[in-house]
Amino acid sequence: MSIIWSSMQEAGRLLANGDPVVWQIITLSLRVSSVATAIGMLIGLPLGYVLGTTVFAGRRVIALLVILLVNTGMGLPPVVVGLFVTLALSRSGPLGFMGWLFTPQAMVLAQVIIATPLIAGVSAAAVGAVPEELRLQARSLGAGRLAEGLLTLNEARGGVLSAIVAGFGGVISEIGAVMMVGGNIEGYTRVMTTAIVTETRMGNTGNAIALAFILLGLALAVNGLLTWLQHMGAAYER
Amino acid sequence: MSAETRAAPILRAEGIRKSYRGRLALEVTELEVEAGTTYALLGSSGAGKSTLLRILGLLERPDAGRVLLDGRELSARDRRSRMRLAMLFQKPYLFRGTVGENVAYGLKARRVNPRERDARVAAVLERVGLPGFAGRDARTLSGGEGQRAALARALVVTPEVLLLDEPLSYMDPLNKERLTREFAEILRGEGVTTVYVTHDQEEAYAVADTVGILHEGRFVASGPLDQVMTAPSSTWTASFLGMEPPVRGRIVGRDDGVAEVEAGEARLYGISDLPVGSQVLVSVRPEDVTLFSDTEEIPHSSARNRVRGLVTDIRPKGAMLRVVVSRDDTSFASLVSRAAVSELGIAEGTPVVAAFKAAATRITSAEGHA
Repeated sequence: MSIIWSSMQEAGRLLANGDPVVWQIITLSLRVSSVATAIGMLIGLPLGYVLGTTVFAGRRVIALLVILLVNTGMGLPPVVVGLFVTLALSRSGPLGFMGWLFTPQAMVLAQVIIATPLIAGVSAAAVGAVPEELRLQARSLGAGRLAEGLLTLNEARGGVLSAIVAGFGGVISEIGAVMMVGGNIEGYTRVMTTAIVTETRMGNTGNAIALAFILLGLALAVNGLLTWLQHMGAAYER
Repeated sequence: MSAETRAAPILRAEGIRKSYRGRLALEVTELEVEAGTTYALLGSSGAGKSTLLRILGLLERPDAGRVLLDGRELSARDRRSRMRLAMLFQKPYLFRGTVGENVAYGLKARRVNPRERDARVAAVLERVGLPGFAGRDARTLSGGEGQRAALARALVVTPEVLLLDEPLSYMDPLNKERLTREFAEILRGEGVTTVYVTHDQEEAYAVADTVGILHEGRFVASGPLDQVMTAPSSTWTASFLGMEPPVRGRIVGRDDGVAEVEAGEARLYGISDLPVGSQVLVSVRPEDVTLFSDTEEIPHSSARNRVRGLVTDIRPKGAMLRVVVSRDDTSFASLVSRAAVSELGIAEGTPVVAAFKAAATRITSAEGHA
């Protein structure tokens, strides 16, 4: 019990003093995961829109296959992603020429692979819940494909927000992929999750707990924002 | 608009076929809608009305056939073609945002400048009876207000053809009746060519100039409203319109525009141009048939047709009772008030006389009808 108490005191001290190593780790985590989520949105939202609108209208075999892939991808173990990205980026791998292994770029790449199916899968379900007639109505009023898509995503925005949060939550908290492709290099590719492992192993429980609290606080902040936005949406719809 | 352009068909569909999972859902050889008129597409659920409307609105592609506007073929792929039409669905399907933003949606898609946009939105909201609603949140509207806003959203883009898919089917009866009247007035006022899908004859009566009845994907009747609604050519169409099957007969005489038809033992009289000797179908709407007791002296009136028969069926129809009078293999339905039925002492098996005017009796050629 006293160990936890003293660790928490240590955590508070670290945060209050603005320890540069800790802050570097936090900002790198946020940067890598935000960029990965943003890229995941660029791929996952259009994919989710197409899946959400095609499956319910046409039941095409290809769409079903992609849905199967996306659903499997939503439960993809980060360690497996890390393994394949490491192999691809290794000197003898197909992407070895880029020299990305053990860099933040490699971590972004791995996290994009994790985030995209999450964003696509959740947004597909949200888009699928928007009545087909609403899209037809927009089309009938002269909307082009892009305008129709944007309108549909806006109608489904509660679910689309959830999709984005699911993607971000999936990558900010994962450790397997960043550990393997980033290499957990201090001051370069060490992020919150890998730092927690390292600090705990080295016996620096205070640092580990400090980072754990920050990670938790982040999750709370993100979910708080989501809940607030959804609540706003609900109040607006009434 | 001159009288000449008014008579020209603006919208035309030909050779339309559509199947779902191998089942033929729609087969329309020809459909024409005249400019500035309202065409009601009648039929029961699953008849293919909505499918046809979506094909006309370029929202669904047929397996075969084409849609022409002003003689030029339209393509579902071409957004410019789509912009000449506007469609309204069963529910308003208002987008997130204000009523004004909703109504302005089609104008934005057409890149109308904001000042003109605002003016047109305000003007059309006035016309549909929602003045000053532009700033209201669209999702706070009642059902009737919502459908009016949806109508405004479609009218504001001044479509050449307006397509309405059972726009009032979700309304309660009172609102429905009021809105049907208002919609009919607005559509006439705008002079916009309209295709109006409905399963409700009363709605069709209120809005339409021309009617087509779809059954299992095919037209079973089409033409001017009063002709289609009073002269069914088949048993199915008759029952859909609440009538008894048409009576088969032959014209045996003519006198001053009135044809005398021999149908079994009975003689029937109706307005017709068909020559003596024509095989014909005779029908009359239940509203036009009066019942008299068998023993009663029938007052002298212009009801030239008198059919003696037995009551074979009585069932409620709204506040009235629908009584079927049969004789041999012909039958006529009559709408009678409950009070009249009890006064006449009518029950199944009662002998009665069904009387109706020659002017209310429709005679159509039986040729081409099996």
